Amino acid sequence: MLRRDVNLNNVESFQLPGVVRTPSRFRNPIGKYRLHRSDTCTACGKCVELCPTGVHVVRRGKVFVENHHLCVGNDCPDPCHKACPEGALTLRRNPDFDGMGDARWPADLLASTWHMAEFGKVPDKGLEYKLGASGGGFDKLRLVFRKNKSAFEEVADDDFDMGVVLNRRNDHAHRVRTEVPFYGGGMSYGSVSITTMLSRIKAAVALGTFCCTGEGGYPDELKPYDDHVITQVATGLFGVREETIQRVKIVEFKYAQGAKPGLGGHLLGDKVTPGVARMREAVVGYPLFSPFPFHSVYSVEDHKKHVDWIKAMNPKALVSVKVSTPTDVDMVAVGSYYAGAHIIHLDGSYGGTGAAPDIAKKNIAMPLEYALPKVHQFLKEEGVRDKLTVIASGGIRNPHDVAKAIALGADGVCTGTADLVALECIRCHKCESGRGCARGIATTDAELMQLIQMEWGTQRIVNMFLAWRRELVRILKKLGMKSLKELVGRTDCLTHIDYMKKRI
Amino acid sequence: MPSKYVIHVREVPHRFEAVSKSGIIAWEEGCLRCAVCVKTKCVYGVYENRGLHARQMIDSIDNQCMNCLRCVQSCPGELIHKSVNPEFKAMGDSHWTPNIIANLWMQAKTGKIPVSGAGYPGPFSGPGFDSMWTDMSEIVRPTRDGIHGREYISTAIDLGKTPEFIRLSEDGSLEEGEMPLLDIPLPIILRMPPFGATGPATIAGWALAARRLGTLFSAPVDILESLKPDFAPHLMPECTMEGEDLERIPAGNRLVEIPWSEDWKSRVDSVIRKDPSLLISVRVPMAEGMEERSLTLAQEGIAIIHLEGSMSGLFLDDKTRYIKDGIRSVHRKLVEANIRDTMTLLVSGGISLAEHVAKSMLCGADGVFVDFPALIALECRMCRRCTEGLSCPVEIDQASSGWVAARVVNLLGAWHNQLLELMGAMGIRDARRLRGEVGRAMFFEELDEKTFGPMGDVEEGCELE
Repeated sequence: MLRRDVNLNNVESFQLPGVVRTPSRFRNPIGKYRLHRSDTCTACGKCVELCPTGVHVVRRGKVFVENHHLCVGNDCPDPCHKACPEGALTLRRNPDFDGMGDARWPADLLASTWHMAEFGKVPDKGLEYKLGASGGGFDKLRLVFRKNKSAFEEVADDDFDMGVVLNRRNDHAHRVRTEVPFYGGGMSYGSVSITTMLSRIKAAVALGTFCCTGEGGYPDELKPYDDHVITQVATGLFGVREETIQRVKIVEFKYAQGAKPGLGGHLLGDKVTPGVARMREAVVGYPLFSPFPFHSVYSVEDHKKHVDWIKAMNPKALVSVKVSTPTDVDMVAVGSYYAGAHIIHLDGSYGGTGAAPDIAKKNIAMPLEYALPKVHQFLKEEGVRDKLTVIASGGIRNPHDVAKAIALGADGVCTGTADLVALECIRCHKCESGRGCARGIATTDAELMQLIQMEWGTQRIVNMFLAWRRELVRILKKLGMKSLKELVGRTDCLTHIDYMKKRI
Repeated sequence: MPSKYVIHVREVPHRFEAVSKSGIIAWEEGCLRCAVCVKTKCVYGVYENRGLHARQMIDSIDNQCMNCLRCVQSCPGELIHKSVNPEFKAMGDSHWTPNIIANLWMQAKTGKIPVSGAGYPGPFSGPGFDSMWTDMSEIVRPTRDGIHGREYISTAIDLGKTPEFIRLSEDGSLEEGEMPLLDIPLPIILRMPPFGATGPATIAGWALAARRLGTLFSAPVDILESLKPDFAPHLMPECTMEGEDLERIPAGNRLVEIPWSEDWKSRVDSVIRKDPSLLISVRVPMAEGMEERSLTLAQEGIAIIHLEGSMSGLFLDDKTRYIKDGIRSVHRKLVEANIRDTMTLLVSGGISLAEHVAKSMLCGADGVFVDFPALIALECRMCRRCTEGLSCPVEIDQASSGWVAARVVNLLGAWHNQLLELMGAMGIRDARRLRGEVGRAMFFEELDEKTFGPMGDVEEGCELE
């Protein structure tokens, strides 16, 4: 396999992968609508002819509704159920669809992410893919497109600069840049299957970006992709070895996790299988506690000692500092910069997790949407904003969230849940129960893991991110920008519908 | 330092099948009789465990389905569908939501804190306590690791009058005559809810739970009469001051509550005449004028003020104002008058989640009363049939006092651990320090407009997306 260097000097040689249609791995994909065909159907073929999305299929002289999930319902310009000469078709909402999803990820957002993972483009009808239903933050912010901003309408999509420079200190560390404004957030070996882990990393390689191992070790299977791996040093120091630190270009310190800020982790004894134990250098069957905080860090000075420790082992490594969002997150960010970090990674309170107390997810730390402008502004006032890369994560669900996060002050984002939704996670919140994820994503159960093939997983994630990139280019065109860098901190390109002031 | 406070929990099963969120509709008609039916392949073995319950006509499948949708998505005949159980959706009201009720049941059963996978699924913010977040400490401030036992986090609070300074007699010993101070290891007092299908065993169970937890059980004084005398130190009788109420106060009782009224002073005097050693709490309605009333009471030397809100967490006289704001307003008034440190402020009304305890305290309370959660722990569905004289669907009055106590201890055990989670993240080691610590809280009304208000103006012809 050809190793591609994600080096600033080699930008020219990079080419985006292509979309390959990758349908659901289940027999019955879930859509918003269901079409019912009654016995009066004469198989005249009118519906097959009319349907723009291929819902109806003819087989052996009979017509079947084979792709319910592609039906756009009432958004259809020429609905089959109205045109059917026999009146044999009825359109209904799918009851399964209405029982799915939540305020952050409504059913529409889940289904549209599945659409992107299947087709590599956003759904053009029938599904709300831009907003969730949380009633605040990203879901109440809108991008503002002003008139006469179509200067780049004719420019090819590939010519838009969507990359993020990760080393802005310009020191002797690697001059790393990603080709897309996102990379994969940490999900540990054990919390997700090795197939899921590899699918994410292979997608990251194809897209010219990175993916983080999470806390739980660096499986050998990842070795071919070392240049695209971020390894995590978290409070339990599980699986952290000198050799793993030296293998990678980016090392991430996880001070806190958005879903459970201020709390440690606890891997139940049952989950410490021989494989997990080996990886984490622990004993099989014994529970593992990841404390909070790093018991060696109680000040910025202590934190600097940590950063120096990495730099001593791997002088060319970039250091990322993942923190969550307390009231003084701006002080934390500036402190991280002065301690020598290249990347400050803000993990907001809507971030994912394999398991966390509900009370922590809901209440501790502030939403990402407040923290980003606060940090961006403070770093600017300190005069160091240009020297530090700000990465946002914790609740980034779609391309519009990416654009909004960047306009609020981030350089790029990290994703996690969205990758899993591309693999057909339905957010049942039962990642840890029983044998683990029943859909084979977040499990180490040998049988359940078989539900995902790596090629399928990789392509689903690639497709979703290609759709995100394409949508971000469309947004940039409407904003009259040619590079995503121009959007950083441009809060004038955003408005909040509760406080919107109309100037006429 | 006191010995570590631990609440011992153990699994205490429901007596009835819980109403569950999930409903599966399986149509047998059209079944292809596949050799390997998806129902046999359920990861959780739900279909195998299927069976009808004799006492209730509910298919047990409702209680076991984990919503993975594998069967829905794999059945070759597309015959299996899922929807939300309408009975679940209809439970409770806008404050006591089905999810809150189901979570309280689970905690009372297991004694464990609710844990789940994936990110927070709820709204960005909400009314009342949902419009505030608690802080955490990171790098520049230390946290406390209370859960896994490395550090001791105390949740104890004091009830009563705290002297501004300690008076010593000439020989250096503490001068006698200070007001009594009661400490409870948990900032929570159990309180009898205003309605519920309770019986003598329920009352005994709640009192037993209060004793096991080391806290108090508050109820109208006549209700407490049936209890054995040895419960007295753990009871907080509410006297109406009508008739012979004062005579009913059990011997050995340390604290009584009387309602506020214009002639509260003469009522307090009659309590003091009865027993000068009793701590007195005056219950003030959370309503117009409560700040002034509380201030007067505090200045006149009343040790404990109990602000009583509505069961939906609102003011009693204004359905648009939340107890969160009421607590802040009274607390601020008392702080400004330099008197807050010398007295105790307790709050009741709509406390339904563990986080409400910490949030009430951050807003300025010393502790809270827990009422309906202690009833929901007994499987109450908040159907309110009992208020109309109809039978209770879960026969609460038939439950033994042992079961009642164990369920309530489980619930508060889970709440205690959740309080430790929040305090640990904040880096606070003593619950007394939570009081009024708004610096460790973040408020929607202070952050949202400040952050988003100044953003882009919108001109005519702009497109929003």
